[in-house]
Amino acid sequence: MRRRDSETPVNAAEGAPERAEAPPPVALTIDALGRKCPIPIIMLAQQINDVPMNATVAVLADDPAAFTDVPAWCRLKSHHHVGSYELPQGGWAIHVRRNY
Amino acid sequence: MAYFDAASSEPLHPAAREALVSALDAAAADPARLYGEARRSRLLLERARAEAAELIGARPDEVSFTTSGTQAVHLGVLGTLLGRRRAGRRMVAGAVEHSSVLQAGAAHEGDGGELEIVGVDIAGRVDPAGFAAAVAREGTALACLQTANHEVGTLQPVAEAAEACRAAGVPLLVDAAQTLGRLPVPPGWSVLTGSAHKWGGPAGVGVLAVRKGTRWRSPLPEDERERRRVPGFENVPAVVAAVAALRARAAEAEAENARLSALVDRIRASVPRLVPDVEVVGDPVARAPHIVTFSCLYVAGEVILTELDRAGFSVSSGSSCTASTLRPSHVLEAMGVLTHGNVRVSLPRGASEADVDRFLAVLPEIVRRVRAAVGVESP
Repeated sequence: MRRRDSETPVNAAEGAPERAEAPPPVALTIDALGRKCPIPIIMLAQQINDVPMNATVAVLADDPAAFTDVPAWCRLKSHHHVGSYELPQGGWAIHVRRNY
Repeated sequence: MAYFDAASSEPLHPAAREALVSALDAAAADPARLYGEARRSRLLLERARAEAAELIGARPDEVSFTTSGTQAVHLGVLGTLLGRRRAGRRMVAGAVEHSSVLQAGAAHEGDGGELEIVGVDIAGRVDPAGFAAAVAREGTALACLQTANHEVGTLQPVAEAAEACRAAGVPLLVDAAQTLGRLPVPPGWSVLTGSAHKWGGPAGVGVLAVRKGTRWRSPLPEDERERRRVPGFENVPAVVAAVAALRARAAEAEAENARLSALVDRIRASVPRLVPDVEVVGDPVARAPHIVTFSCLYVAGEVILTELDRAGFSVSSGSSCTASTLRPSHVLEAMGVLTHGNVRVSLPRGASEADVDRFLAVLPEIVRRVRAAVGVESP
């Protein structure tokens, strides 16, 4: 069974990512802060095809459901969950690589 | 209306209703007193206890009746931790246990104890090796594992967990709320809990069985009732009705399980075929016979429940993401599956094939409409 672990998971216990290992550049940032699920996922689904193949989209979200649901969406839609990075103001930047 | 929320509460079994009505008068007196009516009340209570014990594989003096399944869990967890305080203060529990178990664990933590959560796989099943390793750690006073998950139906490896607990000398509390009256009780438990309204008995009755030899001390002020395990006046008529329902359910279980399980299989197979972008979650084979859960992408849980209610279906959901103060279901979160758009269908005794067919007929259009309202067009 495939696990949903990303390559560089960051969680609250480990704190914010170090500058040295900052996430790779993103082609598009979707600001879904303050939006409740499933809105962040709907925004991601509607915009992922706006970036080139293999490019990364960052979804900024602070609904706790998004932390689980964006990676689950990636698994269901065969895109790649790169990692989830804590934001200083709360919430996460959830990075998704377009696979097709 | 089709009622598909048995995992929340099973409708009252006819045998329970009949027993309740006759016991309301016959068992109204205080079973602790010494006059004739009291003796009659006590006799009915003790007869119910003996029958319940036989049905769950316990001795009568190991069985107590509580005021709810939640109270049974709270007393089971905290009482065992208190009884084993000298052995250590660690409690181990699966990540998808019922909130009553996790909340009792949180209370234990608040009291300076330790709670270790063992994770689950994507089907919602705890890793037996991880559970065994957690149980074997120094100072473990109690381990908790449910028989089947209440949100997704997945059966837990209770027999393996019980073996690991036996080897480590740690008592195992088994929360059998979703399977009592439906499936045999797995062997090896030290403490067993259940809830009568989940098997067709009246609400307000729980079962707490503590195996002889398991150290247990009441975490509540002492009271003479139920062998000092459960404080408060016994609701004897409700207990009598609860046990009548348990006996009736156990007798029907084999035939009814096969029928409901086939209906669940139909839902599991049909929903992904009829509705695009749906994930059916939970173990497809090792599962409770009556529960099936699926999640619809791009749909808010509350919205779909409201639409299904309007179409005549009472279903439940682990989604709570549209309400700003609520967290998503800890079960779905621990599994790593979608927490939004979740629909749990749990079939009560007697659920009809025609109702399941009607559900499958109306679902695709409802999901399409809900998605269209937020600008998502189905492929």
